[in-house]
Amino acid sequence: MNILLYALLKAVIVVAFLGLNAFVLIWAERKISGYIQRRYGPLRVGGPAGALQSAADILKLLTKEDFVPGGADKWLWTLAPAVSLIPAVLVYLVLPIGKTVVLQNLNIGLVFFASVTSFTLLGIFMAGWGSNNKYSLVGAMRAGAQLFSYEIPLILSTIGVVIATGTLTLQGIVEAQAQHHEWFVFPQFVGFVVFYVASLAELNRTPFDLAEAESELIAGYFTEYSGIRWAMFAIAEYSNLFTTSALGVTLFLGGWHGPWLPGWMWFLLKSYLLVFIGIWIRWTLPRVRIDQLMDLGWKFLFPLSVANVLGTALYLMVR
Amino acid sequence: MTADQRTAGTSGATLAAADAVDRGDDPARAMAEDAAEHHLMTINMGPQHPSTHGVLRLIVTLDGEAIVKVVPDIGFLHRNFEKIVESWSFAGIVPFSDRNDYLGAITNEVAVCLAVERMAEIEVPPRAIHLRVLFSELQRIISHILFYGTFGLDLGAFSPFMYAFRDREMGYALMEKATGARMLYGYNRLGGLRNDLPDSWFRELERFLDYMERQAWPEYMALLIENQIYRERTIGVGRLTPEEAIAWGASGPILRATGVAWDLRRAAPYLSYDQFEFDVPTGKNGDTYDSAMVRMLEIKESIRIIRQVLRILPDGPVLGRVRPNIRPRPGDYYSRVESPRGEVGVHLTTDGGSWPYRLKWRAPSFCHLQLIPLMARGAKVADLIAAVGSTDVIMGEVDR
Repeated sequence: MNILLYALLKAVIVVAFLGLNAFVLIWAERKISGYIQRRYGPLRVGGPAGALQSAADILKLLTKEDFVPGGADKWLWTLAPAVSLIPAVLVYLVLPIGKTVVLQNLNIGLVFFASVTSFTLLGIFMAGWGSNNKYSLVGAMRAGAQLFSYEIPLILSTIGVVIATGTLTLQGIVEAQAQHHEWFVFPQFVGFVVFYVASLAELNRTPFDLAEAESELIAGYFTEYSGIRWAMFAIAEYSNLFTTSALGVTLFLGGWHGPWLPGWMWFLLKSYLLVFIGIWIRWTLPRVRIDQLMDLGWKFLFPLSVANVLGTALYLMVR
Repeated sequence: MTADQRTAGTSGATLAAADAVDRGDDPARAMAEDAAEHHLMTINMGPQHPSTHGVLRLIVTLDGEAIVKVVPDIGFLHRNFEKIVESWSFAGIVPFSDRNDYLGAITNEVAVCLAVERMAEIEVPPRAIHLRVLFSELQRIISHILFYGTFGLDLGAFSPFMYAFRDREMGYALMEKATGARMLYGYNRLGGLRNDLPDSWFRELERFLDYMERQAWPEYMALLIENQIYRERTIGVGRLTPEEAIAWGASGPILRATGVAWDLRRAAPYLSYDQFEFDVPTGKNGDTYDSAMVRMLEIKESIRIIRQVLRILPDGPVLGRVRPNIRPRPGDYYSRVESPRGEVGVHLTTDGGSWPYRLKWRAPSFCHLQLIPLMARGAKVADLIAAVGSTDVIMGEVDR
């Protein structure tokens, strides 16, 4: 009974945080992009600096008609948003928020994270195929090629850290950084760069937003979605933006480790710093082309991450 | 349809679509049948699409990401300009011509005015001639600013668009103060301009030019043009040879990007362009990077021309004496001007009546639109969007 209660509590916490995170990031993205583009962003909806914009957005999406396109494959089409949202929720399980604050300290935390996030592709592909729309299909095919190509350097880039610490638990990786008072971003700088670039591609954000390239494919795989189903994709996207940044913080930036402030605060601060950089990049750069994306993934990031793994292993062996 | 066009961007396999165009049918069905035969996909881009620049429809056959065939379909913004003006007075054509290339309204008006003024032997005071040059160049700056923004948007960079709109707004504010309208001015009259301008307007114009030169232009370069991703997306994309560009009637920045220094302001000076010093920027490769760069450099040249106009602008009336009833001399009259997009030509035929017998509008966008299948040869979907963006087509001018 107790176990069930705990599980329920954890689920509620995660979902609450998911909503809160989306609430903050919708507003933050609009506000930051506004300032980058020399305008104000949301201003009038209410609260300080239009902070209730997210509430208005969510309310609008909730009250929209639930519309299923005529030619769609109903099962695939309706399930797709859920399938892409579920992995976004699951990864919170292993995020080490503080020294003792983690929902479930799995001893294979990193592997869990990597395997669960690869499920996102399934949701995207179901959406693209189920929509029975050519733009959606092209978008889904792009997403398939892209997520698959960048999954590999993303995971390989984390292996350097794993070799250095000898553990797969995210908790253990942070502990190792705290012990030596050295964040892995310095010894594993190459790994960090590969990780960050690959994670931007995994998140489908500019300059790698080919799957939803507005000027080419209208909205890519979610062209046909509207209302709450579209919102589920958006919430999953914002949640993934946070969790991937949080993973980066955990692996390379010392996680909850930091002076003066409590651990969870450091964790959130660092995570949202990486999120901010992601937003900054999104609103600054143009989009790459599909062949350039593949070149970058396979001919640059992949060899670089392999070299990083080998270099780290050699260094540890020689030392 | 020429043999060249049939095979442009194809492996030579899909010909039924071209035949459908010849018959005047909708090519989409034929293209879809072709595509199904070869396991390809036909996508209908537009007339409602985020990046088709108005109501352009592109029927695209895709092999994965690669483009097999592009057929542009036009006519969604047809307003029957050429036929309607056959029952309009000559003075009435001027404001209507604004609607053709709605981002180059002043140059349209100037083209009509030049033709009619030559036909009816109307004297234009020197101040009005110089002011027409000034407004043509201001219009060019505003139009190229918008090109910069939308081109960035086509390549997936959103922020340059907002920067472009910030500056375009300043240009439009100036235009509004001078003419009373923001886009479709009706400012030129036969024999000159509608009204003169106060001194304060010129001071404001100078401030705008300084701002464009010192702050906005370097910002444009830093934000987009010098970006590595932008360079990789545009260099070598949508490439045209000078021979192709000339053969298909290209003009303006598209032609100059291929290295042909053909600018009507220099090649066949009209108004008072022969009195001003300016360079004609040209590219080398004829790709989308060069044509965007030519436009960026033209902004600077336009600023230079406006400064020279301000220096020698004479006093005097801006509207000559025009008789209320124009007596045209029968015959053919042709005038051509360099609009922001290229060569705008007005061919006016009169039989001596008080309205034109026939008016033919030569629209540069119409020629450039036909180049899109050529520019998209062997390209990816993203390159097609870049090619369409770099031609800067205005559908109002294509369909007329």
